[in-house]
Amino acid sequence: VCIHRVRSSSGVCFIKSKYVCMFDKSALKFSRQHRLFRTSAVSCGQIVQFKLSDIGEGITEVTVKEWYIKEGDSVSQFDSICEVQSDKASVTITSRYDGIIRKLHYNLDEIAFVGKPLVDIEIDASKGVAPEEDVVETPPMSHEEHTHQEIKGHKTLATPAVRRLAMENNIKLSEVVGTGKDNRILKEDILNYLAKQTGAILPPSPKAEIIPPLPKSETVPAATKDQARKIPVPVSRPIVFSGKDKTEPITGFQKAMVKTMNAALKIPHFGYCDEIDLTQLVQLREELKSLAQIRGVKLSFMPFFIKAASLGLLQYPILNASLDESCQNVTYKASHNIGVAMDTEQGLIVPNVKNVQVCSVFEIASELNRLQSLGSAGQLGTSDLSGGTFTLSNIGTIGGTYAKPVILPPEVAIGALGKIQILPRFNGKGEVFKAQIMNVSWSADHRIIDGATMARFSNLWKSYLENPASMLLDLK
Amino acid sequence: MVLQSSLKHCLHLSCILRTPKVGFRSTATGGFIIQSTSNDVYQNLAVEDWIHDNMNLENQQVLFLWRNSPTVVIGRHQNPWQECNVRLLRQKNIKLARRRSGGGTVYHDLGNINLTFFTTRKKYERMENLKLVVRALKALRPQLDVHVTDRYDILLDRHYKISGTAAKLGRTAAYHHCTLLCNADKLVLSSALKSPYKGIKSNATPSVPASVKNLFDKDPSLTCEMLLDAIAEEYSTQHQIDHHITLINPADETVLPGINNKTKELQTWEWVYGKTPKFSVSTCFNMVYKDSVLDVKVNMEVKNGRIEICNIDLPRQWLPPELCSELVKSLTGSKFCPNETTTLAATLLRVCPQDAELQSRWNLLCENMVTLM
Repeated sequence: VCIHRVRSSSGVCFIKSKYVCMFDKSALKFSRQHRLFRTSAVSCGQIVQFKLSDIGEGITEVTVKEWYIKEGDSVSQFDSICEVQSDKASVTITSRYDGIIRKLHYNLDEIAFVGKPLVDIEIDASKGVAPEEDVVETPPMSHEEHTHQEIKGHKTLATPAVRRLAMENNIKLSEVVGTGKDNRILKEDILNYLAKQTGAILPPSPKAEIIPPLPKSETVPAATKDQARKIPVPVSRPIVFSGKDKTEPITGFQKAMVKTMNAALKIPHFGYCDEIDLTQLVQLREELKSLAQIRGVKLSFMPFFIKAASLGLLQYPILNASLDESCQNVTYKASHNIGVAMDTEQGLIVPNVKNVQVCSVFEIASELNRLQSLGSAGQLGTSDLSGGTFTLSNIGTIGGTYAKPVILPPEVAIGALGKIQILPRFNGKGEVFKAQIMNVSWSADHRIIDGATMARFSNLWKSYLENPASMLLDLK
Repeated sequence: MVLQSSLKHCLHLSCILRTPKVGFRSTATGGFIIQSTSNDVYQNLAVEDWIHDNMNLENQQVLFLWRNSPTVVIGRHQNPWQECNVRLLRQKNIKLARRRSGGGTVYHDLGNINLTFFTTRKKYERMENLKLVVRALKALRPQLDVHVTDRYDILLDRHYKISGTAAKLGRTAAYHHCTLLCNADKLVLSSALKSPYKGIKSNATPSVPASVKNLFDKDPSLTCEMLLDAIAEEYSTQHQIDHHITLINPADETVLPGINNKTKELQTWEWVYGKTPKFSVSTCFNMVYKDSVLDVKVNMEVKNGRIEICNIDLPRQWLPPELCSELVKSLTGSKFCPNETTTLAATLLRVCPQDAELQSRWNLLCENMVTLM
C-alpha cells in the first residue's frame, strides 16, 4: 500500500489505495479556472460534492426541472441524476460516482449554478476501486479523461468507463492488448478480449446475454474454441432472482371496476347456459354484410344478438328491471338500453345502445360502430356510458365457450357469448352436419328472477337466432 | 447487463446502415445525412433517442431530416393544457407528443421540416447549425431576408418566425433540432396552439408566442423537398462529405435494435401527460339546467398528470352531498383525463339511486368537468 501526495492547482489531497493514481501532467496544462482535481480516499463513506459540470455555450446557470433520485437512493456511475433546463436545452446530468445520495442542493424549479455542488454522494467504499478524479470539464479540454493505473509495475492507460467494464467482467487490464493511442485500452479491446474467451459473436441487440468467460486454457486453445462455439457451459453459480414486488395504488379504470364489483357482490347470482346453432344466422349475415357496407356500416353478429334480446325482453320485462336499494320495489324500465362490454386499452367499459326496442338491426349496427370508434379513441361521453338496463358481453371474440358473467348494477341480468365453433351435430333426419355453434351463459339476480323465467327468455332468444326469419314476425 | 452500456458506444455505422458509400471514417470531420421514411412523430422522436443513446459520434456528425403528419409537439418540461387545445387535438386526430429536448411548443404537419444535428457534447453548437440553415436558404433564394436571432429563432423579413429551436444534452452526446415552416396549415396551427383552459398555474416552461409565416407565403415556388435538399447540400459542403441522403425506416429493428420500445415509450400516457410538472387548476363554469344557471367552482392540484387534490363547489343540495364527495374521492388519484373521469362518473352512477332527474344532473356536471381536461 502506498501513499502518494498529489498537489493540484486548488488543493492538496491524500490518496490511500491499492493502486497509485497519478495524473498525466499534461492534463494540468489546460485551463485552470474550472479545474478541480481531487481524488478521494477509499475510506468508508466519504462524502463527495458532485458539482454541476459545464453545459457549454457559456451558460452559467440552469433550472432544475426534475430529480430522478432522492436523498438516500443509491446510484451507479452513469445513472441519471436530474434534468436541468437552460434556454431551450434540456440536459440530463449523470452521476460520476457509485454511491448513496446524501444531499440534494436544489429544489425543483430552483436555479442551479455551473461549478457549484449539485448533490452530495457518499462514495461506496466496498467497491474497492478508487473513484475517478472529480473533474469539472470545460469545452477546450480533451474529452479523453484518463488515468494511469500502475499494476504490477506497468502503466495501463484506460478511461474510467473502460476500467469499470473490465472490473465488472473480471478482466485484468494487464492481460488486455490496448489498440488505442499509447497502447491505451479501448472498449473495443475489452469486448474483443471477451469475445475471444467465449468464442461468441456479440450481437448488437440490447438484449445480449452475458456469456461468462470460460476458464482460460493455454495448452489447448483449439479445443476451448470448439467447445465455446457450441452452447457455452454456464458457470454454476447460485441462482439469484432480483425481481421485486411492485405495489401501486388502484386508480381510474381499476378503481371503477372495484366499485362496480363490490356492488355486484351484493346480488345473489344464478347462472343458466345453453348452446345456440347459428348456422342460419351466419348465412344471413353473409348476405347482408355487403348491403350494410354500401351504407357505410360494418355489420357484425352483435346487432342481431342485441335485437333478439330486446324482442325477448318485451316478453319477459322483469329481466329489464331494477331492484331498489332496500329491495322493496322493482322498477320495470321502459327503454331497452342494451350495454355492450368493450375491451379498450385502459380496461373494460360498457357503453349502451339506447332504446333498442325501437331500433332496426341496421340502426343498432350503425350505433355500435359509433360507440366502438369512440371507445377505442377514449372519447365516450357520460350519456353513452350510463343508463344501461341489460348487458351482453361478447367475450367470444377473444375466446372461450361458457363463462360466468357478473351482473352490472343496477341491472338484474347479463349474458356472455362464447366463440362460434364449427361442430358436428345431428339434424332432424339423424344425419351429422356441420353446425356453427355458440354458447351463451346468462347470470341473473335471483332475488327477483327465477330459473324458469331465465330459461324461457333464453329459449325465445335462441329461437330468434336459430331461425332468423321468425324475428320478422315480432319486429316492431 | 454489463455489456450493454459498452455496446452502446461501439455501434458503428456499418451495423446501422447498409450503404457502404458514406465516406466518413477517413475524414476528420466526418458526417452523414439520414432522412426518415415515416411521418409518425413518435417513430421519428424515437430515432432521435436511438441515435443519441447508441451512436458513437466521436468522429462523425449526423444530420437527421424528418417530417410529421399533423402533430403538436411540446417541450420536455411543458404543460400540454397550457400550450394547446388538447380537446381539439383529440377531436381532429392531431397527435400530441412530448419531446425530450427543452423549449416551447410547435405544430408540425407535412408542410414543416425538422432538422436534427447530432454531435458529441463538446461539439454542440446551435448558432453554427442555424447559420448553416440560413446559408442554405440564401443559396437557394438569395433574395430571402432570413436571419438568426440570439434566441435561436430564424426570422423572415425581420419579423416572422419560420424556425424554432430546442436541444438535448446527454452525458457524451447532444442534439439540436429545429423546425422550418415551408407550407404548413396556419389555420390549424393557430387553433391547435390556442389553449382554452383557464385558471392553470404552473412552473412549466411557457412558450413564447410568435407571429409565424411560411416560406411558401414569400415564395410560392418553394417546396419542402427543395429546402431539404438545399440544407443537405450545405451540410455536406460544410462537413466535406458526399451529398448523399440515406433513407431510414424507424420501424426497422434490424437497423435500429430496440427502436420499437423507444417508440412505445414516447406514446405512453405516462410520458405525454404524466411528465407534466405539478400544476393547479382553479376555475369556474356555468351550467344551464332547465331554467336556471348554476355556478360551479373547481380547484384541483395535478401532479404527474394525476389529480392529487380535488374540490368541487356546487350550489347546495343540487346533488346529494354524499354523491359529490364520492366523486371527489374517486377523482383523487385518477388521471387528469376525460376518459377516466367519464368512466368513473358513469360507474358511480350505477351504485346510487336510480332517479332520472339525478342522472341528468350528474351527467351535466360530469360533462362540464370533462371540458377542463
